[in-house]
Amino acid sequence: MVQSILKERESSIIEAGSEHAVGCAVKNKDLVCNQGSAAGAVSQKACVFCGARVVLNPITDAFHIIHGPIGCSSYTWDIRGSLSSGSELYRHSFSTDMQETDIIFGGEKKLAQAIDEAVATYSPKLIFVYATCIVGVIGDDVEAVCRQAEQRHVARNGGMGLRVIPVMAPGFSGHKAIGYKLAGDAIMRFIGTKPYPRNKAHGINILGDFNLAGETWIVRSYLENLRIEVLGSLTGDSSSESLLCAREARLNVVQCAGSSINLAEKMQDILGIPYIRVSFYGIEDTVDSIMRIAQTLAAQTPGADMRGLVSRAEQFCLRESKRLNDALEPYRTRLVGNRAAIYVGGGFKAISLIRQFRELDMDTVMVGTQTGRPEDYEVIRALVSPGCIVLDDANPAELEKFMVEKGADILVGGVKERPLAYKLGVAFCDHNHERKYPLAGFVGVENFAQEINRSVNSPVWRYANKRQS
Amino acid sequence: MLELTPRDEVCTRKALRINPAKTCQPVGALYAALGVHGCMPHSHGSQGCASFHRMFLTRHFKEPAMASTSAFTEGASVFGGGANLTQACRNLFDTYDPEVIAVHTTCLSETIGDDLNAIVSAMDIPEGKHVVYCNTPSYVGSHITGYANMLAGFVRNLSDKPLVGGADGSGDSMSMDLGGQASSADRLKSRTGKKLALFAGFINPGDMREIKRIAEEFDIDYTLLPDTSGVMDAPMTGTYQLYPAGGTPVAAIQALGSAKLGLALGETAAGPGAVALSNKCGVPEKLLPLPMGVRLTDEYLMALSEFASDDVPQCLEEERGQLVDILVDAHPYLDGKTAAIFGDPDTIYGLSSAVLEMGMLPRYVLTTSPFPAITKKLMELFEEYGVADKCLVKDSADLFELHQLVIQDPVDVLIGTSFGKLIARAENIALVRAGFPIIDRYVHSYMPLVGYRGGMRLVEMIAGALMDSLDRNCAEEDFEMVM
Repeated sequence: MVQSILKERESSIIEAGSEHAVGCAVKNKDLVCNQGSAAGAVSQKACVFCGARVVLNPITDAFHIIHGPIGCSSYTWDIRGSLSSGSELYRHSFSTDMQETDIIFGGEKKLAQAIDEAVATYSPKLIFVYATCIVGVIGDDVEAVCRQAEQRHVARNGGMGLRVIPVMAPGFSGHKAIGYKLAGDAIMRFIGTKPYPRNKAHGINILGDFNLAGETWIVRSYLENLRIEVLGSLTGDSSSESLLCAREARLNVVQCAGSSINLAEKMQDILGIPYIRVSFYGIEDTVDSIMRIAQTLAAQTPGADMRGLVSRAEQFCLRESKRLNDALEPYRTRLVGNRAAIYVGGGFKAISLIRQFRELDMDTVMVGTQTGRPEDYEVIRALVSPGCIVLDDANPAELEKFMVEKGADILVGGVKERPLAYKLGVAFCDHNHERKYPLAGFVGVENFAQEINRSVNSPVWRYANKRQS
Repeated sequence: MLELTPRDEVCTRKALRINPAKTCQPVGALYAALGVHGCMPHSHGSQGCASFHRMFLTRHFKEPAMASTSAFTEGASVFGGGANLTQACRNLFDTYDPEVIAVHTTCLSETIGDDLNAIVSAMDIPEGKHVVYCNTPSYVGSHITGYANMLAGFVRNLSDKPLVGGADGSGDSMSMDLGGQASSADRLKSRTGKKLALFAGFINPGDMREIKRIAEEFDIDYTLLPDTSGVMDAPMTGTYQLYPAGGTPVAAIQALGSAKLGLALGETAAGPGAVALSNKCGVPEKLLPLPMGVRLTDEYLMALSEFASDDVPQCLEEERGQLVDILVDAHPYLDGKTAAIFGDPDTIYGLSSAVLEMGMLPRYVLTTSPFPAITKKLMELFEEYGVADKCLVKDSADLFELHQLVIQDPVDVLIGTSFGKLIARAENIALVRAGFPIIDRYVHSYMPLVGYRGGMRLVEMIAGALMDSLDRNCAEEDFEMVM
């Protein structure tokens, strides 16, 4: 099955080294991205609600109540493998399970009651209420219900009360990236807009890391070993308490920019916390990120200790990259010449992965993202070899077409892409919610090489009919 | 994981749903549509819906699950989604070339009041292609309701009354080439010369294969709708088939009107398909439970035997005898053991019946949407076994409530979906995986739980789980090599 490309999709696919969109002669210098999916598309892309939910879900002691019919809640139950060092409350599925009568007469009462029941059963400090498609249409005043709930329970938690924060995320109101922005707004609403005195600011926050397979812990341990104080991680393994401390930071480092750049910008504009974009995937990007964090902090407060920080970081990175270079050698000999295809959520991760495959002597022949930004695609096009296909919001037919055409040996993607790759006899690595081993940091580089090798060189392919390239 | 569940009392809730054992209608409609050959399921709603449903099905079946979306925007939500749907269907026929597009609605398109009948009627559909549709409001019922609605939608939109003269099943009307499952020469030359319309409930492809095999042992000419075998268990070939070889052919659905009987396996999920066929084409319907365990499989076989006016084939008699033999062998380890069963209505009824045959007690039987007919049938079943006072049926509960019940009065084994693993871990109770979804294991979708062979597998899984627990937890002096 290799079909032609949907007309609406042509401007979202580019072959590197050429100025033309694939499949049409229209001159197309800029890849079209950040759009809703075309009607009739088999999109791999999720909705506004999903975007908000995946960013906020890792806040471990928060109540995440989905106001809508049951589906939105059950599909996102424990949706991502975020690990917690504390509460497990976030791994429950809470919803109002709206029925026909709620649609007809409005769901406000049921929502208020659901909040009350949550408060009576547990003692939450923080509740997020997600308004789904239908709530947007029937016009429940979710804001008011949340405000009134806060007032009703003002005496709870020893007089501290609780926060009930609405997240107005109807699925139709845009695409996944809009949901990321809404999540950032909800976090701002919780931590407040009052700037912390800058001269007292200390430590850093890690933004856009969700502690999949414990990755936040790895990054945190590197920074703490360099004696950099980590105040908060947003939102991997965070709690209502740790989120409130995030205000005091002197620097935000943003790992997954797609999901958290808006929050970083808000925290910069409103709270005065500067940010830098980082990536802890691959040796090159991990070293670069650690060094830039150290240099930025050193530049913020010149002094002997901070000079020490930069050289400590240098030594650490040097030691780790040397060790890893040796450790990767056996993988390189087994992987050299294999061709990689990438289809991930954000642009920054895709960029890291291209570099990471290069560290393994592998060439990338296809790169796609769900929420990449124009500037990400610029970098991607500059990084890849001529002939590599670059595409935004791909559908399975396109992924298949280009993987087959370009002879990909492994696909890096998420849950929906895995069986597609396997059907084509293409190896697979989950770099999304279902990753089994941490892929971040130096330890992640080795895990990544191991996973790629394990799949590419698995004996199962001996019995499989490999796709004809 | 569930340490926050209050342990001292069962608290009552009216508004807050915690840890549901169900999901919404559209995913059921999507699964049903995947069981039609050359069909592209289409979600008329926001782009997230289709994405979630495909993810959910992929996690269970470990297979690609195709579906397209109308990709609603704010504009569509205000002005209606008609233009989106029309454009979507045009795009789909142009690009993906399906034989049929199966449209289901979502909570969004239902609430804004899109009239699918009007939209589809006004469409320019290419010659020889079809667009079928059904309403699947997410705020009614569960994924089972959606599955049932899609089956009825296929029948309403595609099945025709037979032409005059063709209705008597006199050979010639059966000679059309239906392709795929019903076209083999054997089927067409079947002894009875009359067609059976079989409707499958929400079951795995492995179950569908077993249901078909049994019908074939009777040499019956049948059409199974839907038939996800060969689609959601398609073999690895090195190429990706957007429309795998399996699935009920559209022509076979069109010809359902000439069937002599519409037999539904699973009253809740499959029943509405048979009822729709009766309403539209006057084919008499017969609704049976999912054939799980001895007695419910007997019922399926008796229905086939009656339809074929023939005895039960020897090989099936033999399988039945084997299952009974196994039940007798294993009963010392099963008798009196208690189970908590949760999941979809047809599945929990079949499992309860099978578990009772094993001498076990289905202490709690739980489904999360009210299906009063199933609740009533469960109570009758318990009465018959004299255990009604020991069993509790919950037809609108969730897994939080089940956890609280299990804390108050524990059971020996949990039988249900992967969602039960939280309770299993918290209370150290074995979980036997059965139903939908199972998102943490492999192979389950290939192996049947229906028929006598499925019954054997159930005994193997349940007895195995109980005996594993015994081996792991018993005192050293009680540990036995021979069991």
